[in-house]
Amino acid sequence: MTDAPMNGQPGEVRRGLSRTDTMETVRKGLRRRYAAERRFKWYGRIAIAIALGFLVVLVGSILFRGASVITQTHILLSVELPMDAFSVDGEVTDESLQRADFGGIVKQALRDRFPDVSKRRDRRTLYQLISTGATYELRDHVVADPSLIGQTIDIWLTASDDIDMLDKGYIDRNVDSTGRRVSDQQIAWYDALIADGRLERHFNTTFFTSGDSREPEQAGIWGAALGSFYTLMVTLLLAFPLGVTTAVYLEEFAPKNKWTDLIEVNINNLAAVPSIIFGLLGLAVFLNVIGLPRSAPLAGGVVLALMTLPTIIIAGRAALKAVPPSIREAALGVGASRLQTVTHHVLPLAMPGMLTGSIIGMAQALGETAPLLMIGMVAFIVDLPGGPLDPATVLPVQVYIWADSPERAFVERTSAGIIVLLLFLVVMNLSAVMLRKRFERRW
Amino acid sequence: MVMADTLPDEKTPRTAIVADGVNVHYGTKQALFDVDLDIKQHQVTALIGPSGCGKSTFLRCINRMNDVIDGCSVEGRILLDGDDIYDRSVDVVQLRARIGMVFQKPNPFPKSIFDNVAYGPRIHGIAEKKADLEEIVHDSLVRAGLWGEVSDRLNEPGTGLSGGQQQRLCIARAIAVRPDVILMDEPCSALDPIATARIEELIDDLRENYTIVIVTHSMQQAARVSQRTAFFHLGNLVEFGSTDAIFTAPKDPRTESYITGRIG
Ligand SMILES: Nc1ncnc2c1ncn2[C@@H]1O[C@H](COP(=O)(O)OP(=O)(O)O)[C@@H](O)[C@H]1O
Ligand SMILES: [Mg+2]
Repeated sequence: MTDAPMNGQPGEVRRGLSRTDTMETVRKGLRRRYAAERRFKWYGRIAIAIALGFLVVLVGSILFRGASVITQTHILLSVELPMDAFSVDGEVTDESLQRADFGGIVKQALRDRFPDVSKRRDRRTLYQLISTGATYELRDHVVADPSLIGQTIDIWLTASDDIDMLDKGYIDRNVDSTGRRVSDQQIAWYDALIADGRLERHFNTTFFTSGDSREPEQAGIWGAALGSFYTLMVTLLLAFPLGVTTAVYLEEFAPKNKWTDLIEVNINNLAAVPSIIFGLLGLAVFLNVIGLPRSAPLAGGVVLALMTLPTIIIAGRAALKAVPPSIREAALGVGASRLQTVTHHVLPLAMPGMLTGSIIGMAQALGETAPLLMIGMVAFIVDLPGGPLDPATVLPVQVYIWADSPERAFVERTSAGIIVLLLFLVVMNLSAVMLRKRFERRW
Repeated sequence: MVMADTLPDEKTPRTAIVADGVNVHYGTKQALFDVDLDIKQHQVTALIGPSGCGKSTFLRCINRMNDVIDGCSVEGRILLDGDDIYDRSVDVVQLRARIGMVFQKPNPFPKSIFDNVAYGPRIHGIAEKKADLEEIVHDSLVRAGLWGEVSDRLNEPGTGLSGGQQQRLCIARAIAVRPDVILMDEPCSALDPIATARIEELIDDLRENYTIVIVTHSMQQAARVSQRTAFFHLGNLVEFGSTDAIFTAPKDPRTESYITGRIG
């Protein structure tokens, strides 16, 4: 601290802060300012770490529970295919094949494998080793190759979900037999099959290629995936062009007056309406008045498009607002019409932002169940939808239905369904990023 | 308001644009009061005046850029070669093809240099064949004094050029539509002195083929490039005459205080 005169006026003793005092104060303050900045950075890092931690735990636990769905337990049975079971008057026809009792043949094969089971009740427990779907597997196999008739063939048939769970270690054999789904007897048969090498886990094609089923081992995600695909296609085809056009009109053409203000307020409010309301609207208007087919992706897609529209419009307008006005002036200045200005210059620049908004809207739509409840898409549907007019369900609904089912094997399917849903999201986001990159490359 | 109809040192050039009683309102706020002004062909007319006095507003009336501003209303007549450009029968798009504009901040399209210049001719269908288009682009860039610097990178983005080059690109873009008139709104205010000098030289060259109206806040610039100068103050056209006369013998006290630096 010096009180030396600073500006060459001898004898003047300056009061208050001299320059060195000021520097000292600033220096002290600086340390505090930097400390605050460092602290803030750490808060940020901790917040990110916590968020990432949750994400890892969430995805990790889902993966951990769902991964085992990749394989499914199968049992190798020697099946005798006696000629007389398939023929009428010594002749095998399509009709006689269809009528053949494949279920009985599978049961016979099981009895042949374990000949000392004689009581009816024991036999019923024995039959429960094999999935009820095995009947159809055998039928398809024989229909595909009728020359097998008359021989004894070895065929891998899907085991029941209980055996599958036992094999995957989800059923504890040390628990008292009254407390578990698999009886002691079944465990003994299971062990015998393992010892023979007649029980193996194979890739679970069923899960990735079939629709829903009451039997977990026959239930697949493909039906719901197709349903989601068709629904989102309808949503995208409706909501994107409508949303972009609306955004462009409101932002670039509409006069700013009371009416457009009113419309703007309403669009913003629409974005906040609970999604189930859109379902009610869908039921009242699209099903009852217009008569769209119930449970169909078409109706679902239209309802979700209504729900997604406000998101796309709001994001689209924000993207248009972000385009510098100087670009519009430049285009108008050389004599472009307003429409040319928009389509040649403004829209390409706003497109990345519009795509981002649309993807956010589509992602919301993908995860939505409530509005679909009202139009019958929350339903047990076994057949694969062949198009947007067939009854279908969607991925989140499928996950919900499985989560609600009591069988242990549905637990892994629930998690696996969530994984497929997440994969869907990842694919959608990646395609959006790629599209965005393509637009951005044009500066 | 003083009209300078006869200039001693010019052999009475034709009048290209006549403004007749122009009033402009933004909503309820009046920005221009009864402006009468005539702009001669193949001359540079400078509009000067303090910030917010309505120079840009007047300039934007000439190519009807005010049309796109909500709440902006223009009264009075502006005649281009004798025809009122605010007449119903006039198509704005066609008008803007005849009257090009260069803005305060260089605003090339985020496209290649070639496409920037070719955009106007393309939308107006001026060049059908590719060779014609290339010729127009070449000529325009040559006239804008940019050809030598960009001839080997026509496919690179126009936004990658320096500020002065971008502004000359914008001039080339305006020229490519073959306008009669070029409006410039403070074209050098975002540029360094060297780039400014280049643009000023260019303006002087362009005068031979185009009628130019330039807004500038630099009186030196007005003195250097223009033949006639209009001084605006608070929405009024205060004084209008040959640049020499305005700068050496201003008639209105407001003009005098502005050019001597007391208003501004
Ligand atoms: N788009 C607009 N909306 C409302 N008022 C405007 C607009 N543009 C300019 N003005 C007003 O008009 C007056 C003149 O503006 P302007 O012509 O831009 O002045 P200058 O170019 O001479 O600085 C100013 O008072 C300004 O506030
Ligand atoms: Mg201005």
